[in-house]
Amino acid sequence: MTTPRVYQTEAIIIKRTNLGEADRILTFYTPALGKIKAVAKGNRRPKSKLGGHVELLTHSQLMLARGRNLDIITQAQTINNFLPLKENLETISCGMYISELVDAFIDENLEDHRLFNLLLETLQRLSEGKDADVTLRYFEIRLLDYLGYRPQIRQCTSCNSQLQPVTNFFSSRYGGVLCANCAYQEPVVRALSLNALKVLRLWQNCDSATAYKVKINAQLASELEKVMRDYIRYLLERQLKSTAWLIKLKSGKSPG
Amino acid sequence: MNADFTSASEPIARLIEEFNRLPGIGPKSAQRLTYHLLQAPQETAEALADAIRDIKENVSLCSICFNITDSNPCAICRDKERDHSKICVVEEAIDILPLERTKKYHGLYHVLHGVISPSDGVSPEDLKTGELLSRLNTDSVTEVILATNPNLEGEATAMYLQRLITPLGVKITRLARGLPYGGDLEYADDVTLSRALEGRQEM
Repeated sequence: MTTPRVYQTEAIIIKRTNLGEADRILTFYTPALGKIKAVAKGNRRPKSKLGGHVELLTHSQLMLARGRNLDIITQAQTINNFLPLKENLETISCGMYISELVDAFIDENLEDHRLFNLLLETLQRLSEGKDADVTLRYFEIRLLDYLGYRPQIRQCTSCNSQLQPVTNFFSSRYGGVLCANCAYQEPVVRALSLNALKVLRLWQNCDSATAYKVKINAQLASELEKVMRDYIRYLLERQLKSTAWLIKLKSGKSPG
Repeated sequence: MNADFTSASEPIARLIEEFNRLPGIGPKSAQRLTYHLLQAPQETAEALADAIRDIKENVSLCSICFNITDSNPCAICRDKERDHSKICVVEEAIDILPLERTKKYHGLYHVLHGVISPSDGVSPEDLKTGELLSRLNTDSVTEVILATNPNLEGEATAMYLQRLITPLGVKITRLARGLPYGGDLEYADDVTLSRALEGRQEM
């Protein structure tokens, strides 16, 4: 066998499913190996030595042993547990949304250092309790960028003319913005205000430090959220399950 | 997954297939169980068959706490000796067993039948949260103990319940989170250890 029998990696845990009596299958994102699934043996027992080191949304150093089918996690040490994130229902929900997003978009074993760093940065931002709307939207824009789904928001995606500084239209099917003249050809479009267009353009081309400085009001936040939600649903051909929960939590209805 | 059992005679193949459907039982274990029952005395096999029929026919959910029970309300809810002013909220009915084994808790329970898990599409409406609230509204409950699991989903569920219950003015407590008995500091994670430090007690 050419590959080493054991290996180490940093990882961010994005999903856990139960397996058998006391085991779990963990899905995690790593900088050099991309998304991996591995077994955490006995992790559901209270005295598991992996314990909370492999809890969801935790940044850990893992030691893995090659298994026949799935690899097995032999040791784990927390690097950052993003504890403040886990003490607030809103940020937990945002974190769960992000992990579902990554799990849905990324195939196994496709590595991308940028995405790993973005994930870390995003979880850190959420932990600090900063504007979650800005954090999530910037994450979505960058993720789509890395995956090659960067929406075209400079020119009209149909006639290629420069977009005018007026309300334009976003089409998920065209993967970008349509000008007022072309929008009528497309049955499903969403109006995109000039401010929203400006913010999207800025985010597409700036680093996170600049992106996080942007202040958006509730109306703009909601507009951007809907545009991105439509586009992501179109790309995945399904609605992410945690989206419904985020919407509900935001609407502040206390059901009962 | 569908192994071919047709080489055995028809009734045997049928039982093997049924066992094979159960979680954790593969084709080989299914064959072993089947041949074991073939050799076993008549009563053993019938007792098993009866027990299986019984749980499907006579077991249901308690209309008060949603525990799994053969009588309604369940034995715990009917028990006059128990402290009816406390409700311990658990994720699954099976979580009641370890709590009862401690013999330290004499209040009532409420089984949610799940935990909030947005990425699995489980939201509070799918759980028995509304039923919990109506119990708190009508009964003279003074304390709710949130005993959901100490992981991300369990914590989210506890925080959500806290939000719902706080306006009712009922005392809310959460099971302590700390080091397991017989455990080892070396392997404890930061969250567990910091909670254990926060909750340290004078001795």
